[in-house]
Amino acid sequence: MAEQKEKPRKVAAMGMVPYEMALGPTWTRFFEGFKEKKILGTKCNKCGRVLVPARPFCSRCFEPMEEWVEVAQEGTIVTWSYVNYTYFGVTPDMIPLIGATIKLDGVDCGTGMWTQIGGFDIKDFELVTKKVKVGARVRAVWRRKRQGNFRDIDYWKIIE
Amino acid sequence: MGRAVAVIGTGQTKHGRRDDLSYPDLVREAVKKVFEDAGITPRDVDGVVYGSMPSMMEGVAYNHFYFADALRVVGKPLLRTETCGSTGQSVAHTAIHWVASGMADVILAIASEKENEGDAQATMMTILEPFLQVVIGGAPIAFSLQSREWMGYYHIDDAKAREAASIVSVDSHDGGLANPLAHIRVKLSKEDITNAPIITYPVRFYDVCPISDGACAVIFASEEKAKKICKKPAWVKGIGFRGEEYFIGDSSKAVWQSTIEASKEAYKEAGITNPLKELDVAEVYNPFSYQELMFLECLGLCPPGEAPDYVIKGTFSPGGELPCDPSGGVLCTNPIGAAGLIRVAEAALQVTGKAGEHQVEGAKLALSHAMGGAMQFNGVTILGSEL
Ligand SMILES: [Zn+2]
Repeated sequence: MAEQKEKPRKVAAMGMVPYEMALGPTWTRFFEGFKEKKILGTKCNKCGRVLVPARPFCSRCFEPMEEWVEVAQEGTIVTWSYVNYTYFGVTPDMIPLIGATIKLDGVDCGTGMWTQIGGFDIKDFELVTKKVKVGARVRAVWRRKRQGNFRDIDYWKIIE
Repeated sequence: MGRAVAVIGTGQTKHGRRDDLSYPDLVREAVKKVFEDAGITPRDVDGVVYGSMPSMMEGVAYNHFYFADALRVVGKPLLRTETCGSTGQSVAHTAIHWVASGMADVILAIASEKENEGDAQATMMTILEPFLQVVIGGAPIAFSLQSREWMGYYHIDDAKAREAASIVSVDSHDGGLANPLAHIRVKLSKEDITNAPIITYPVRFYDVCPISDGACAVIFASEEKAKKICKKPAWVKGIGFRGEEYFIGDSSKAVWQSTIEASKEAYKEAGITNPLKELDVAEVYNPFSYQELMFLECLGLCPPGEAPDYVIKGTFSPGGELPCDPSGGVLCTNPIGAAGLIRVAEAALQVTGKAGEHQVEGAKLALSHAMGGAMQFNGVTILGSEL
């Protein structure tokens, strides 16, 4: 092949698609609860598990989970991480942030990735490692204006 | 498990930032090498299996249509398999099932990623639906939360976990240096790693895999064909794959059942009762050094909660009882869709004595592994030098 002078180039491309994703009855009601500062779970009448977010059916028994339970707004940290880096979805105004999984009292699962610890100067990393621990107790702090999504809980406050 | 199956050839691209090539050219680089290695032609192949990350990462939906020519699939059946990080293991298993079933004798398995063309984290955030599980997004936080859960569950001291993670990172980077195809090839000290900036605590910069472009191809064949075609095949001794529930908080990620069960199944099939003693080398999926610690336990390579002790005493280092990721692992090379198949290819190179500078002397039995899904899947493939 003849010698090629040009450097191989790239072309810009972009794909953007808006979606309208159905929440269904269970998740609609779950987020309606947030507007009233309530955390709602559903209970499986076969295995007895209470799960948050509420579920339309039990993943293990495959039975409908139709019994609604208002659960505690306090719980225990199962795990946490301190994010001090920007990447897609984490913008400079968001960091540092402390993501955590919390086991709410009386609930049979952890929260997954929608819960953040706050309410003190989290820029002070020394302070963070003193206060935030696996097993530490936390309580939900709600926003004044709530819209029926996970951002309605502003942060989870460490309680002594 | 059906008929015996062997790896009769492997081909990997040079991994790294490969914007010198179009995506089909990159795939062709691996496919060309695998045919040269196996000494056969596309005419000898009965079918093709392909996998990558989802369309959002690729910039084109169903990229196997775009790559049809590079995959040498014209006139042949094609299967696509994908399970996020574990895609490469899934692709290998699909090919193995195909041959083991007797429906095909020779199958070409290919997996690839051009991670630099798009945005890996943006893609990761589409792995979960956008209203129930994603608020603070991305893979680094997910795997850091998992690592901390493991540390909390076993009461592992921060400093001890940090030291072990640094050793994992040093060893992997030394492996990358010895592997000419690896993406990251630098010499790092424990201090470099321990003092690197925090990404998602406890994870620091050198605990995290790079963004790589690369492709990998492996040819699987039946016993009859393998013995005819290949002087030294790598035999599939056992495979295991397990999935879990969707909601991340529903089960323990510290005692990760899908890893435990997938490896148990593979060991049972391979007749392995003491994996630490019997295996000679392991290619553990390690996009995060802390995660490798948890995997060492869940793969049954050391007792639960004791991975840091084993790592610190050198069990999994070069020259140790079971060297892990001599290729540099995912920490040095992470074309995601291909990463799980690279583990299989590396295991094959090891048990056939073809790993070159990163060869583990006399390796006869090797484990390869990958995890994927929304922290949901684990796949294990064990290869050996003897049928
Ligand atoms: Zn149930």
